[in-house]
Amino acid sequence: MADKIGVYFDESSLGGVLDIQKLCEGVQKKWSDLCPVVKIHPRLASDDGRAMIQKDIDAGLIEAVCICGTSPRVEWDFYKFGEGVLVERVNLREQCVLCYADPSGEKVQPGQTPELLHKMANDYVNMGVVKLQKANIPAGDSVEVVKRVLVIGGGWAGLTAAKNVASVGYDVTLVEKKDVLGGAAATMYKTIPLSYPYDAAHPTGVEKKIAEVTGNDKIEVLLSSEVVSIAGAPGNYEATVSVGGDERVIPCGSVVLATGWVPQDTAVLKPLGYGKLKNVVTSREFEAMAKAGAIVRKSDGAKPQKVMFLLGVGDKLIPQEAKEAEAKAAALAAAANKEVDDAPKTNFSKQDTCKHLYYSSELTSVTALKQANYVREFIPGGVAMVVYEHMMVPGINELYYKAAQNDPSVMMTKGVINDVRDGGDGDIVVVLEDTLLGSKIEVEVDMLVLPTALVPTTALDPILKLKYRQGPAMPDLELFSGYADSNYICFPYETRRTGIYAAGTVRQPMTLSTTETDAAGAALKAIQCLESANRGMAVHPRSGDLSYPRFNLVRCTQCKRCTEECPFGALDEDEKGNPMPNTSRCRRCGTCMGACPERVIFFDNYNVDQIGSAIKQVEVPDDMAVGGPRMLILACENDAYPALDMAALRGKKWSPYVRIVPVRCLGSVNTIWIADAMSKGTDGCLLLGCKYGEDYQCHFVKGSELCNRRMANIGETLGKLGIETERVQQMQVAIDEYDKVPGMIDEFVDAITKLGPNPFKGY
Amino acid sequence: MASNSILVIGGGFAGLTAALEAAEIGHEVFIIEKTPFLGGRVMQLNKYFPKLCPPSCGLEIQYQRIKNNPKVKFFTLAEVTKVEGGVGNYDVTVRIKPRYAGPSSPDLSDLCSSLDSEVVNDFEFGLATRKPVYMDAPFAFPQRYVVDKAGMSDADKAKVQKCDYFDLNEEEKTVTLNVGSIVIATGWKPYDVTKLTNLGAGQVKNCISNMQMERLASPYGPTNGKIVRPSDGREPKKIAFVQCAGSRDENHLHYCSYICCAASLKQAQYVREQYPDAEVTIFYIDLRTPGRYDNFSKKVLADEKTFAVKGKVAAVEQDKAGDDVWVTVEDAVSGSKSVERFDLVVLATGMQPSLAGASLPLDVPVDSEGFIIGGEEKGIFAAGCAKQPLDVMKSAQSATGAAMKAIQTVRGR
Repeated sequence: MADKIGVYFDESSLGGVLDIQKLCEGVQKKWSDLCPVVKIHPRLASDDGRAMIQKDIDAGLIEAVCICGTSPRVEWDFYKFGEGVLVERVNLREQCVLCYADPSGEKVQPGQTPELLHKMANDYVNMGVVKLQKANIPAGDSVEVVKRVLVIGGGWAGLTAAKNVASVGYDVTLVEKKDVLGGAAATMYKTIPLSYPYDAAHPTGVEKKIAEVTGNDKIEVLLSSEVVSIAGAPGNYEATVSVGGDERVIPCGSVVLATGWVPQDTAVLKPLGYGKLKNVVTSREFEAMAKAGAIVRKSDGAKPQKVMFLLGVGDKLIPQEAKEAEAKAAALAAAANKEVDDAPKTNFSKQDTCKHLYYSSELTSVTALKQANYVREFIPGGVAMVVYEHMMVPGINELYYKAAQNDPSVMMTKGVINDVRDGGDGDIVVVLEDTLLGSKIEVEVDMLVLPTALVPTTALDPILKLKYRQGPAMPDLELFSGYADSNYICFPYETRRTGIYAAGTVRQPMTLSTTETDAAGAALKAIQCLESANRGMAVHPRSGDLSYPRFNLVRCTQCKRCTEECPFGALDEDEKGNPMPNTSRCRRCGTCMGACPERVIFFDNYNVDQIGSAIKQVEVPDDMAVGGPRMLILACENDAYPALDMAALRGKKWSPYVRIVPVRCLGSVNTIWIADAMSKGTDGCLLLGCKYGEDYQCHFVKGSELCNRRMANIGETLGKLGIETERVQQMQVAIDEYDKVPGMIDEFVDAITKLGPNPFKGY
Repeated sequence: MASNSILVIGGGFAGLTAALEAAEIGHEVFIIEKTPFLGGRVMQLNKYFPKLCPPSCGLEIQYQRIKNNPKVKFFTLAEVTKVEGGVGNYDVTVRIKPRYAGPSSPDLSDLCSSLDSEVVNDFEFGLATRKPVYMDAPFAFPQRYVVDKAGMSDADKAKVQKCDYFDLNEEEKTVTLNVGSIVIATGWKPYDVTKLTNLGAGQVKNCISNMQMERLASPYGPTNGKIVRPSDGREPKKIAFVQCAGSRDENHLHYCSYICCAASLKQAQYVREQYPDAEVTIFYIDLRTPGRYDNFSKKVLADEKTFAVKGKVAAVEQDKAGDDVWVTVEDAVSGSKSVERFDLVVLATGMQPSLAGASLPLDVPVDSEGFIIGGEEKGIFAAGCAKQPLDVMKSAQSATGAAMKAIQTVRGR
């Protein structure tokens, strides 16, 4: 609660078109005691301007600062006065002066402030003051963290992550299901090259990695072990692990999920001859033969002279894809028919599909190249033939492809499989099709090697077994075909479970060298999460934010909306249905605050009362015909708000009847703000949020989508009040749609104006 | 004295990521960016594949992270000129060129447009000119003008000098930073099309590079996002994409540039969204869409007017009578050639490391292409496309991994 607020106007950014003196007088008159300092500076964003403000703070005249000038997105470095001083930026340049379109169509002349423009500026300044008045300095909710990282999986990714974590002084418990470390890497004869010059396969070196891990006294290795459950929150998890059948509880601060992959069910390979012909093997089986020291045919134990590595599967999987799609549709329909109150006990469903073969294309391609070279190594005079549709060796591995081509005993051919037949004596006749020319050729080979697809372990099992209200698995596995992946291109480690970072092939199909990097990255994120939780700070995307949702549980009605809707599963429930917050899981989006019908959830510096009170500062003219309509825009501060800033700076203008209020995320919009505004006579409300759906852009995953769902409810409420539902609308705006968003606003304003005044006006 | 700080050379997506991830663990980081703005190559992209989402969306978050974290310090128009010392304790000399503009963010668009000088716009790959006082993009960070003094007429200089925001007499500065480890995130540059003689060497009017296509499709590009032919501003009806323009080529780049196949598929979508009647053909050797990009590839190619044709383009030539472009395609299998006419041709030019033909004042090994292949024992780590060709997602992954290594170096001693 700021009791003394300094209000400062930056003359230089207001283009001479605002009557700043009049605005100052307005502030002094309306907020005389609250705002003891009201000043104008010719260029506030300057050392001199800053010093002026600092002096007022030092003199004890003010305890919070309201800057009226440029957008909060710029000049942030001038307006920091330490943690104890709240700063509110009133965006008078971009979202008032620059965007102002006078209804007359005339350009505003310096020194002649239209009344409408003054009113707009005045509303914004008052909103800024109220926002400060209703804000507190967030204290942060720091936790004493356990400086131990749980690494699940002892393969290449897990070993690398463990090593990285330990190297900077944290403890590690590494849990491995098998009785040996090394995972898939340990079963490989060789790996494709891991470093420059990328020209020859070589032993993986996993033994060295294992020795480094087992010899590190910061790393505890648990073999024959599996995670039974993980309870708690980042900083303080309690992982229950079954160690050879005995359960042990391991306190840990964060988790690296590195459980890798399993070979795809070979049933998928049936249409390619697997299971029917003895000498049709998978690349996984072929690798095992090489590792064991002899490549021989199952049928007769002979060394195959002619080995074909097939990558071009053509349309052989299409019938299976169709079947899978059908099954999925049926499952969805069945789920939809289920009782609504049959709350899901699990958020997990199996996601292994034949498509994993396509997703594994890079790995199966480089593996075929590598194994083609084994043929000459193991079989004197042997030849290998690699048949491919697209040689999927993107990037630097092209160099390995080139080197592999130089082997005279390796033949590369473009083509896809048409048929596989028994050639007698264990031989196989492969009918290949050239997709370009449509011609067919028949090749008789001694052995046919089919690609092994990598299915992420998370496609088959929840693995994490989280004791979270929202279920045991990583959410959205369906969206990522079972991979524990991120939806964000820019932020590959960000998932919906704070403190848990996936590494390696469980996240995406990747080579050992990419896994090496990936695991180092995941290790960093795991440590970063601890180093944030212990300071009470949020992690991505509001990194460093000390504010967190607080709950006034006395008034909670146990409706469970907050616990259901939190995109990050931060809230658990007690037996009565009360939310049990876990601050270190929380990303501070405010979705819970938006969901709460009783308005018992608040942030110190962002809450229902604060934004509601700010909205009330908008002066709505009693007579629309005289003062014009008024409309509220609630804009996502990450995307829509910057888009509006950029639109204004690009010379775009929009209706002067709207008032823009930035929100943390549309998910944080509490419908009371809209209901109150509408009952006060506001003619319309527009919500500008991120794109949702499969390729969502919302930084808090579900915010804009949830808001859209809530809009259906508010429509009902408005209908009951006799207010047209189209007065409240949500639109999706991407950050680069600055040239479109002014038009969207104007269309909305036109539509509302046509509806006429809000029937509640004047009440 | 041993230092806990980390230097990041390059303020593109990899550099920003490495710096922020390290800073959010508590390390002081310094970002050294050569150009006037952070953001690097991705600033020039219209959308990312496969989500078709705008790069400025992620950049906005990165910039918020910078603004909120006092541990991150950045220098623009800056270059490392000298590195002394060794792992754990480097003294780095940084030269900072004058910006000639003040530290705040005024809106001087009227002044800028009143200037009469026009300079070739490198940010737009020559598709447009710009004023000598400028910002590259609406989301340019820092949101501060920069003055291109060399591109200014005397009259413009006089005009600009009158505005007290500018100081045309500002001088170059030098700072010295003490750091424990160094992340090199110098990124990439598009391969020089003038070297691709059989593909028109940049002389065919309506043959553009994929990066130029990004600028044409960008809402803040030279056409405000409308894809038109450079020669006459006409809407193209028939567009060809030529894959591996410079990549996977003994005479040019030996490696595959990783992004071009998915980038062309993405750009095919740009075209098809704008022009429902247009026809797009992608000529490729292999369509490289690894991992779940397979879904993206299938989605784009499901469109009835987007075709992927296997074949190596042997020649791109301008029509003798007009502005159309002839593309000669060689069938790799049969050896036969076909010739087809297009309105617009896009060369999927590869990525070349920025360090190709350039060097840093650091003792770090590079391969013959310019990619960094070592330096770790010295506490120097490459991130992103300075190490190998990658997409944005993998650059961020690489940068996070490099940040981990850098932290190990400064903490492990």
